[in-house]
Order: sequence, then structure tokens, then C-alpha cells
Amino acid sequence: MAKSRTKNIGFGILGTILAVIFISPVLILLNSSFKSLKEIYLDILALPQQFSFDNYKQAFEKLDFLSAFTNSLVITVIATVLILLVSAMAAWVLVRYKTRCSKVLFLVFSSALLIPFQCVMLPLVDFMSKMNLMNRPGLVFMYVGFGCSMSIVLLHGFIKNVPVELEEAATIDGCNMFQTFFYIVVPLLKTILVTVAVINVMWIWNDFLLPSLVINKDGMQTLPLRTYLFFGQFTKKWDLATAALILCMIPIIIFYLCCQKHIVKGITDGAVK
Amino acid sequence: MRKPKWGFWVFLAPAMISFILIQAIPTLMGIFYSFTDWNGIGSQKNFVGLQNYITTITNDPKFAHAFLFTFAFSVCAVISVNVVGFALAMLVTRKMKGANLMRGVFFLPNLIGGILLGFTWQFIFVQVFDALGKALHLDFLQGWLSNTETGFIGLLIVVTWQLSGYMMIIYIAQIQNIPDSVIEASEIDGAAGFQKLKSIILPLMMPAFTIGLFLSISNSFKLFDQNISLTGGGPANSTQMMSLNIYNTAFSEGRFGMAQSKAVIFMLIVMTISVIQLSITKKREVEA
Repeated sequence: MAKSRTKNIGFGILGTILAVIFISPVLILLNSSFKSLKEIYLDILALPQQFSFDNYKQAFEKLDFLSAFTNSLVITVIATVLILLVSAMAAWVLVRYKTRCSKVLFLVFSSALLIPFQCVMLPLVDFMSKMNLMNRPGLVFMYVGFGCSMSIVLLHGFIKNVPVELEEAATIDGCNMFQTFFYIVVPLLKTILVTVAVINVMWIWNDFLLPSLVINKDGMQTLPLRTYLFFGQFTKKWDLATAALILCMIPIIIFYLCCQKHIVKGITDGAVK
Repeated sequence: MRKPKWGFWVFLAPAMISFILIQAIPTLMGIFYSFTDWNGIGSQKNFVGLQNYITTITNDPKFAHAFLFTFAFSVCAVISVNVVGFALAMLVTRKMKGANLMRGVFFLPNLIGGILLGFTWQFIFVQVFDALGKALHLDFLQGWLSNTETGFIGLLIVVTWQLSGYMMIIYIAQIQNIPDSVIEASEIDGAAGFQKLKSIILPLMMPAFTIGLFLSISNSFKLFDQNISLTGGGPANSTQMMSLNIYNTAFSEGRFGMAQSKAVIFMLIVMTISVIQLSITKKREVEA
């Protein structure tokens, strides 16, 4: 017993050291974000001499943070909701209609997961600009097209294990297909829908390449895009840059603290496919 | 249950339409464009046969370099991400104080997107490492990201830092799936330490390794955001990976047809490696 206890203390110390190493880049960044550029160059690890939010104020303006944040939020939320709706409808009929057609279509959706984005991006952008869809609604539509395959695969796996009897009872009671789907099926899918939502939010919020190709215009940009442009403009201005990076991390950290359980579950479930 | 035939198509339509317009048609168009001299600006596309493929394979040292760099990087990244992820999972599944907090910390970098991560580490490597190197008179900490080696190791550190927490979550789920009775039985039979790990735990972890390897291979092969924000491919394109090479071929050089043929080659490579890996690790899965 005594031996295993010392062993556990040893592992506890090891884990703590590792955790400190893991978090240290963010802490160094946070510390530097309160310093002037001179202080950063003078002594990188020293604490700031005076505590001031000046860097943040400037970074906030230069990033156009409010507009970028709003764009990111609106695009992420609308795209995620649409992906959930569209994929749940598709996955449900793909499970419940046991035809060869369903099988083939499901195979098509799941094999699309292997296609790298680089292979699609040039023709897609070409095609979308011809359709006049190089704007925020167009971007949302593209997210639905890319997101639905993964989401359908996850939902399909879940719906397979949902008993069909409830739906049959609803049909007998006179529900049409839409009523059955929205009143009976969707409530049963609540847990998996949260999982799928989390996976899509994490992807869309952080996505850089697609928005950079589609909505790279002033006032339309998302947070990752603004961050990238910001670094192009202010290379070496590390006092502002560190503050900007921390600003962009805050929403992610808040999201993590709120949905930690769902995120972990999302990854575990998402990996089962 | 009686289901109307129209129901199938009506419910499927939104997903099908967006999937076809956004993924299916562009993929097919992309394969077609790879045989043309498309320059991205004009709508004129002349058919040039296999010319783009031949040039890419025989006469494009930058692409060859990007391929070798990406391949070497992926091998190293897959090993380090999975070894670190597995070790972290073994560590935090022990009964000890603060294990949950540790999990949270190890996982957090994963949520921060590639662009933010790349710039964060650019600051750490270029400013913090350099300052520490000068203060402590350690040469190897100075001048990071200014040559190929430190660019390579830098990318490796960033990706390991980002992805190992994700792998940890997957491995934790699998470790918790191993029944206690199996572990106890092995202990009664006298297995301990390394033997227990090698003969009992690792074989039962195979399903998770299948997924962990799959995800880390495809993530490191397709790496783009971290590449463009950490090193931008520099110095002198020496840390440019395949995704970035394709991107630059199109948007800096204006050779869209060429970029598209590279993308098709890239897709074939990613698919081949993924399928081989899946078939190898699937075979080794055992049940408790």
C-alpha cells in the first residue's frame, strides 16, 4: 500500500509538471500581453511593470474584434443548426428505408470524408463565384455541404440503435412524416445532436482556409481571418499581437468551460466511426 | 410501418443538393481541370492531357521537397502525437488528485485553431526561446524557425502540443473500456509493469489505435493552418508542406490546372495511406 501511495504521488508530481509545461505558452502570452514592446524585448519572462489594458484596447480596434466576432458567431451558429437539421433528416431516412439506394448513398457520404479540401477548393471557388455566392450566405451553404457527410455518418450510427416502435405508433396515431420526425425522432436524438453540434462548432469556428477564399472582404471576415491579416500588418509588434491572440482565445476558453462534458463526449463518439 | 416513397427523397433532398453542389461536382470538376492549363482568371481551359502530372512528378523540385518534408513530418508527428497522447491517457486515468484538471489542461490546446496556435508558437520560438538562449548562453535555443531543422521541429512541437490531448481523450475512453477483471486476472497470473502493458493493455487498445493513427495521419498530411502561420513555408520554401504548395501553386503562381493535378496526386496519396493503415490495424484488433 505504502509503495503504491508514493508511486501515485510521484505520478501526481509528473502530471503537474507536464500540465505546467502544456499551459506555459498561453501563460507567457498572457503575461506579455500586458507589457510594452520595450519590456518584452528587455526581459521576456518578467512580470509587467504596470498593469494596463492599453494593448488590448488597441488590438481590439485593429482586429475589428466586434465585427469579426459577430461574423464568426453568426456563421458558426447558422451553419451548425442547418447542418444538424439537414443531416438528421437525411440520416433518418437512410436508416429507416432499407433499400439498396440507401446503402449506396450512405457509402457515398462516408467515402467523401477521405477527400482532402485541397482537391475541391479551386473548382468550388470558381463555381461559387459564377453563382454569385462569394458571401456569408454562400459560405454557410458551403459549410452545410462539407459538414453534412461527417454528421450523417455519426447520426446514422446512432439512429440504427433507436427502436422504430415509437415512430410506428405515431404513424398509426395519424402523424405524417414531418410530424413523426420533429415530434418523435428529434427529441430522441438529443444527445447525439449535441455531440454533432460540438464537433461542427469546433471546426467552423476555427476554420481559416475556406473563409479566406470566400469572404476575404472588409467587414465580412471571421476571427481567424482577421488574426491572420493582423499579423501581416503588425509583424514584430508583439505587444499588440500577444493581446490580440489572447482576445481571440477568450471565446474558445469560455466555450470550453461551458461545454467541457459535451466536447469530451463529442470526441469519443466522433471517433467511433 | 408504411412509408411513402416521396418521403425518402424529400427528407434526403437538402443534404443531397448541398453535398452534390459543394463536394461531388467540384471533385469531379477538379479531376477534369487537372488535365487543363486553367489559370484561374480566364474561363478558357485548354486540354493538355497528362502534361501537368508529368511536370509535377518529373520536373517540380519544390513539390518533391514538399512531399518529402510532409512525409517525414507525418511519420514523426504520428509517432510523437500518439506516444504522448497514450502516455497522458495512462497518467490521468490513475486515481490521483487533480487528474481531471490535468485532462482539461492537456486537452485545451486542441480547441485553439491552427492559425492562433501557429502565431502563439511563433512568439514562443522566435522571442521567448531566443531570449532564454541568450540569457542562459544556450546556442540551440537561438534562431528558431530561421532554418529547415528548427522549422521542422517547431512544427512537430506545435502539432504534438495540439493533437496529443485529442488522442488522450480517445485513449482514455478505450482504457476505461478494458474490464477490471482482465487486468486483475493478469495480475494474479503474475504479469506486472511492462509485461502487463505489452501483453494485456496494448492489444486491447487496438481499436483506439486504429482511430488515433487514422486521425493523426490525415491531420498531419493535410496540415495547412499551422504551416502558413508558423513558418509560412519559409525560409525559402524549405518548410512548405503539400497543402501549402498546392495553395501557392494556384494563388501565387496562378497555375490552377497544375495545382489541381497536385491536389489529385495528394488525394490519392492520402487515400492510399489511410486505407493501408486501416486494413493493417483493423486486423490486429482483439476482443477482451
